[in-house]
Amino acid sequence: MSGPSTYEPKTGFTRWMDARLPIIRLGYDSFVDFPTPRNLNYWWTFGGILAIFLVIQIISGVVLAMHYIPHESMAFDSLERIRRDVKFGWLIQSMHANGASFFFVAVYIHMFRGLYYGSYKAPREILWILGVVIYLLMMATGFMGYVLPWGQMSYWGAVVITNLIGALPFIGDAIREWLWGGFSVGQATLSRFFSLHYLLPFVIAAVVALHLWALHVPGNGNPVGIEVKTKKDTLPFHPFYTVKDGFAIVVYLIIFATFVFFLPNALGHTDNFIEANPLSTPSHIVPEWYYLPFYAILRAITFDIGPIDAKLGGVTAMFGAILILFVLPWLDTSKVRSMRFRPVTRVFFILFLLACLGLGWCGANNPDDLVFTMGHNAEGVATGLKFVWFAQFLTFYYFAYFLIVLPVMGLIEKPLDRPVSIEAAVLGTAKA
Amino acid sequence: MTEQNGALGELGQEPSRRDFIYIAATGAAAMGAGLAIWPFIDQMNPAADTRALGSIRVDISAVTDGTEITVMWRGGPVFIRHRTQAMIDEARAVPLNVLVDDVSRNRNAGMENASAADQNRVLRAEYLIVIGICTHLGCVPLGIGVNMGDYDGWYCPCHGSHYDGSARIRRGPAPENLAVPDYYFETETTVKIGLSPEEAAQSGWVAS
Repeated sequence: MSGPSTYEPKTGFTRWMDARLPIIRLGYDSFVDFPTPRNLNYWWTFGGILAIFLVIQIISGVVLAMHYIPHESMAFDSLERIRRDVKFGWLIQSMHANGASFFFVAVYIHMFRGLYYGSYKAPREILWILGVVIYLLMMATGFMGYVLPWGQMSYWGAVVITNLIGALPFIGDAIREWLWGGFSVGQATLSRFFSLHYLLPFVIAAVVALHLWALHVPGNGNPVGIEVKTKKDTLPFHPFYTVKDGFAIVVYLIIFATFVFFLPNALGHTDNFIEANPLSTPSHIVPEWYYLPFYAILRAITFDIGPIDAKLGGVTAMFGAILILFVLPWLDTSKVRSMRFRPVTRVFFILFLLACLGLGWCGANNPDDLVFTMGHNAEGVATGLKFVWFAQFLTFYYFAYFLIVLPVMGLIEKPLDRPVSIEAAVLGTAKA
Repeated sequence: MTEQNGALGELGQEPSRRDFIYIAATGAAAMGAGLAIWPFIDQMNPAADTRALGSIRVDISAVTDGTEITVMWRGGPVFIRHRTQAMIDEARAVPLNVLVDDVSRNRNAGMENASAADQNRVLRAEYLIVIGICTHLGCVPLGIGVNMGDYDGWYCPCHGSHYDGSARIRRGPAPENLAVPDYYFETETTVKIGLSPEEAAQSGWVAS
């Protein structure tokens, strides 16, 4: 932990415990007296919100597993039974399904917070990388969880995504068959997805523990991006941030409850109320909303790049879009963490945020549909900007932000003056 | 390492027997761990009963001229289209240089490396038998009576791939022609899908 421990056991029992397993000391140093920058804003509350949602997903998921049947002819019906017949099943299933979406909303805000305030920069590279690992595990868990209801969108989403693996040269087909456990998505696939969907959240919990450990060595970053220098720059975590995080958690849970109780299916897809049918493909396959930007990148590569055909190129771009986050700490050459003091890069960041949202929009639409029309061709068919072209443009910007903007701007941009200390930033005293 | 066991001491000198034992023991343990992991990886491959269901027999007597059926094979669809003479003529009139994928995608009767000419896509010209899985991302293309696309074959609604009357990719993102499964005609009206005649002979399947 940053700084020496200030914990003093006061009772006989805590002294006895402290000499044997100092777990109370660990909790005190981590969550009570932990020195936290005094200027953290509400964007910093999403870590706590994410912790709450991991717990919600695990508890509701363990309960659902008591009633769910991972069999290709029973899974769909068992889910409907949970929603109709199992006591409070309607509530717990709704919490779990909507909880996934709220988990991803929070993780995206948490990640963009990190991108804006430069949370990935030294000495927090490992902290950031562990976060990307958690995000990848969340994606895998969410994907396999969405297959379990065994509706049409579950099934065909699984077909499309597992077929991506088949795009790998030479070994693609063998790996795909290995993933399926058969010659197509079927019973073997459903069983193993259920098993892994149950396992991975606990792996996530373990990596979260490492993430917190890596956080508590250098301590929190903060909105001005300068390091804590004196005790005056910090506040104890409790009560200042337990209360701030607690308030944010309550507000977020109110929004969550609105969906759970009043809009339980708003974030789902109507096709998933039809049982999986391997002989009939839905007219328009879309993944869950939180994968849409990557789905758009996948479909944006419609051209061959040298020896790489379009299909493999799309898969490479999609995985590359996530994997590039691992090397982000070394791509951004600027010593200034916070975008508050990088007036030009800040504009590029806002465009990057818009590009990600735009990619999500493209991912939700048919690639050949039009973003907007510009007249009609000779046959009277509307012409204009196709979604696939828009997605290609945004994909280019997505990668350019990491590979061109961040490396170059760090070298040429003149940052604004930073405050001398966090205390000075909060109290508005003299600038450096 | 050598300093601890007091054998030969300094760096750059001959490795000691203990160094060899360390390396040999670590190597053996690593190999053992690798071998122990293998069953846990291989168990995910298709099980024996799954593989045993790898072939089916289909009665095609009811598939009349100009119609098609879809049968389930290995958890996915196989299209069997009974083509009219006009459909065959149309497929055979397509010049090979307009094809996106010029390989037959057909392992039957020694046509594995043949061109994608319609003759190399079928065993009997009137029956076109292909796996009904789009080679793009695995959707099921639509056919007769629904949407045959712009080339009188199949149309994949997911990402807009058009296949022609020989199930060859003509336009859209799919990279390959629809694959032809291993099959052979057991009789005039029954077809065995999932086995070549040679495999059938080997495995004890006899043409009835």
